[in-house]
Amino acid sequence: MNNQTMTSKSFLVPGIILLVGLLILIPIPFFAPIYPVILLSSIFMYIVLTSSWAMFSGPTGQLSLATAAFFGVGIYAAAFLGTKMPLLLVVFVGGLVSAFLAFLVGGLTLRLKGVYFAIFTFGLLELIKHLLLFIEIKITGTRGRFVVLVDNNKVYFIMLAILVLTILTSYLIRRSKYGLALFSIGEQEEAAEHIGINVTLVKVSAFAISAFFIGAAGTIMATRWTYIDPYIAFNMEFSFTPVLMAIFGGLGQLYGPIIGATIFAYLEELIITKFPYQYMLLFGSILVISVLYLPNGLVGLIQKWRVRTAGGENADS
Amino acid sequence: MPILEGRGVTKYFGGLAAVSDVDFHVDQGEIVGLIGPNGAGKTTLFGLISAVHVPNPGEIRFNGENITGLKPHQICKRGLARTFQSVKVFPNMSVIDNVALGVYFGESNPNGSGKAYEEAHKLLEFVGLSERTAVPAKDLTVGNQKLVEVARALATKPEILLLDEIMAGLNPTEITQAMELVSEIRTQGITIFMIEHVMKAIMNICDRIMVLHHGKKIAEGTPQEIATSKTVIDVYLGE
Repeated sequence: MNNQTMTSKSFLVPGIILLVGLLILIPIPFFAPIYPVILLSSIFMYIVLTSSWAMFSGPTGQLSLATAAFFGVGIYAAAFLGTKMPLLLVVFVGGLVSAFLAFLVGGLTLRLKGVYFAIFTFGLLELIKHLLLFIEIKITGTRGRFVVLVDNNKVYFIMLAILVLTILTSYLIRRSKYGLALFSIGEQEEAAEHIGINVTLVKVSAFAISAFFIGAAGTIMATRWTYIDPYIAFNMEFSFTPVLMAIFGGLGQLYGPIIGATIFAYLEELIITKFPYQYMLLFGSILVISVLYLPNGLVGLIQKWRVRTAGGENADS
Repeated sequence: MPILEGRGVTKYFGGLAAVSDVDFHVDQGEIVGLIGPNGAGKTTLFGLISAVHVPNPGEIRFNGENITGLKPHQICKRGLARTFQSVKVFPNMSVIDNVALGVYFGESNPNGSGKAYEEAHKLLEFVGLSERTAVPAKDLTVGNQKLVEVARALATKPEILLLDEIMAGLNPTEITQAMELVSEIRTQGITIFMIEHVMKAIMNICDRIMVLHHGKKIAEGTPQEIATSKTVIDVYLGE
């Protein structure tokens, strides 16, 4: 409502949170052991994937399962270009190629609705995987590739930078008229078109922007794996996990996917190391419980709790 | 010169001609009513004008320019806005966000979108919803949701406004208010083309009325002429 008056104030609070977060996170690699640095980088990666996924699928309500495809494109960018260019440029190109793919695919398929779009994006993953496998075996005569090794701290810092850019971008989109337009498309696409919104362009752009960050994350992550093949690079887990993380965190707010990804990724690591044999069982139970009892994710829980402690008359709203 | 004009507009759904060879025109500053029994093709005709469907064959001209085959958002930017028979507000967005979106995206050259919320507020005041700007649109009554649609359409700064049954389901007081609203919109220089079943409203505010039946235009004239036309009475009351 009071958008103009709120602007300066609402830039301040997230700005301070971001700054404090960076002040804590930047020095870590300089004194911490290797393990937390690696763990944090992979948490960063999950936040990037989840926030990027939520950037498009959150407001539009169109379930994209193409995350792993864009991620894999980034990984292969690292494999093909890793030795030929400076690292930062490779990361940028990886993101760009992913975004370009999203732009093409989005233009063709975003008119698909609901479950058809979800299935298509899932098919895209399989298509690229097998196409690549075919090319590698028939034409280039290899199956896997080596990726240049990059020092852990470098991976950490680059991933952190991608993370900051992802969150900044989704924050800016959310606050802009294009964020409002994306949301309106999810609400009532036909009406959105009739008030002058170029629905296709807005959707495809958001899809491509989100794919850029996913691809960039894939490029830098690949350097940690050193060896990749199409099955490793195009792993469907990277399509489903971000969806689960986002739902776990809650889609309503910007910080939902961030919290969801952080806790989820940490929990996964914790359970896998402490209970390697019961890992899936425990993880599944947590998921089922959270879906049953936290329909709006952790964000919903936080908001409920806030209303309660803020007390008063509106408690039931 | 007519602001909106259609020649030989036709649309088949499968083998059924929903709209068949209809010629029509709406002049600058007019209020034109479109009536007809259920299934006559009124909403389809609005859909053809606003590019939900493409006429085949047929041609639609807006301000003398052929707009057949353009996309809905392009047509909106040229100055043609509409509301929907089955309400299509953005349900989980606040009322003012609904309208602000129209300001943001509807105009061809938005002048300073910082003013969007001010503008939206003015429009909501105009349609009588200034008390409920922060409410999610889904919490309004259907009648008020239709008013949100009117405000949202006006936000795109149209030259012509297509209103699809905004009075359906309103009580008599609300109908009177809606009639006043339509007249006021015209006073602002906006031409109106409206579908309506509420005869009292149609007869009182329209300058001219078109009657559709089975997709064909069967009559056209002043409210007086239509009210006394034998063909129209036959269609509505049976022979």
